[in-house]
Amino acid sequence: MEADSENLIEIRDLMYSRGVRVIFKGLNLTIKRGEVTALMGPSGTGKTTLLRLITRQLIPQQGAIYVNGVDIATLNQRRLYELRRRFGMLFQNGALLTDLTVFENVAFPLREHTKLSNRLIRHVVLTKLHAVGLRGAADMSPTELSGGMARRVALARAMVMDPEILIYDEPFVGLDPISMGVIVRLVRRMNDALGITSIVVSHDVAEVSTVADRSYLISDGKVAASGSPDELHAANSELVRQFMHGMADGPVAFHFDAPNYAEQLLGRDSE
Amino acid sequence: MRSIFRDIYNNIFEFVQTFGAFQLFFLRLVRHAPRMLVRRPGLIIKQVYNAGALSLVIIMVCGFFVGGVLALQGYANLARFNAEDSVGTVVALALIKELGPVITALLFAGRAGTALSSEIGLMKATDQLSAMEMMAVNPVRRVLVPRFVGGVISMPLLVAVFTCIGLFGANVVAVYLLSVDVGAFWQQMQLSVDIKDIQEGVFKSIVFGIVASLLAVWEGYNTIPTAEGVGRATTRTVVITAIAVLILDFMITAVML
Repeated sequence: MEADSENLIEIRDLMYSRGVRVIFKGLNLTIKRGEVTALMGPSGTGKTTLLRLITRQLIPQQGAIYVNGVDIATLNQRRLYELRRRFGMLFQNGALLTDLTVFENVAFPLREHTKLSNRLIRHVVLTKLHAVGLRGAADMSPTELSGGMARRVALARAMVMDPEILIYDEPFVGLDPISMGVIVRLVRRMNDALGITSIVVSHDVAEVSTVADRSYLISDGKVAASGSPDELHAANSELVRQFMHGMADGPVAFHFDAPNYAEQLLGRDSE
Repeated sequence: MRSIFRDIYNNIFEFVQTFGAFQLFFLRLVRHAPRMLVRRPGLIIKQVYNAGALSLVIIMVCGFFVGGVLALQGYANLARFNAEDSVGTVVALALIKELGPVITALLFAGRAGTALSSEIGLMKATDQLSAMEMMAVNPVRRVLVPRFVGGVISMPLLVAVFTCIGLFGANVVAVYLLSVDVGAFWQQMQLSVDIKDIQEGVFKSIVFGIVASLLAVWEGYNTIPTAEGVGRATTRTVVITAIAVLILDFMITAVML
């Protein structure tokens, strides 16, 4: 289990489809230990699905995902839960438990998995809440928080068990510029100071470029390009250029498949 | 023609599949229940409060009026045979054996069952259950089992409260409104209500408690995670519980008579 190789997560020939829609057709990618890896791609390419596959909330139809050299599809529930304790995940909407206060939300993993005294839990939780600037909101209910604040509480909760791998699903959406700056720096600082491996799913090219060591651009079920943010910016591929520079025209169609515009508006009804 | 057969086949197949999944789900809840009762009684007490204590007001109000109406009807009909004094017996038997468990179960489905399914459904729709999974906490054990067990514990208690208040309501109506002798009312009841009648009521209340809680938790857990899905799950909880309770009531009565 403790194969201490450089590659923490390896995805090999991943195939996954939902109904008739094929989401991944032979995806290969590697996430290196201690790096911030960004997974980017146009919306609808299955970035969130990929995260769910990496954490085995979903199981691939073909191919394999190795974490620390172990194929996660083979784990039984106990081993899977052991593995998941080493993951911290930040959900798109925070996913805070609405029947608990902010404090209890952050304390939740500690109370479930450890026998720490209340005093110690209080210390740990307040430290983590302080790191995201919400120590003052400890007694509030999650429903009283704004979207950005909820995400920051969720980040505190993801950090509270000191995970080895932190996964962020769209961490930058809906944050004001100040919180955005703080969170971006926090992602980077935690990664470097605590030796965490981070996976960031985002389509925010500018923010990701400032924080990621390596980016994968996923399109059409495969990795379309990979490299450092600078390499991607300089890439020649039309698809990469379109995505990195936000252009409407290019290989990725902005419009969903539809009949001819003029015909549909001006043409006579078939009846 | 072939497509009709195929539809029928598919429907039956789907029904059997769902029913099997439902049974496995029940076994999963039962398997985790003892450990949660011992290790996390706090979680279960909170759910007994949510499902039981918060339903008390409607249970008591309805119990009072059901008891009252039984007394009115019983008195009017018994008067034809000059048997007005037996009104206590009639009301007691009806409440203890039938109406107590059945009406409480229906009210429970409407008040606590819908609250359970919509709560669990919303937790699913807002990724709270996935988040627990990711924190290596089993949502079946942490969320579903306490709610199920809380419902199962609450139901017999609610039935007891409903029946007692119902008898009190009948007493008020019979004695103060219809001038039945208060001594005759209670003595007739004591003489003719057997411990077996009470056992039947208790047994029914336990069965209905399991069924109503199980269906509420099941519908919530299998909600399609959208606003529409949560609404539909809530409705289904009430409808299916009502049907299940009434059918089971008939079956249990037929067997126990």
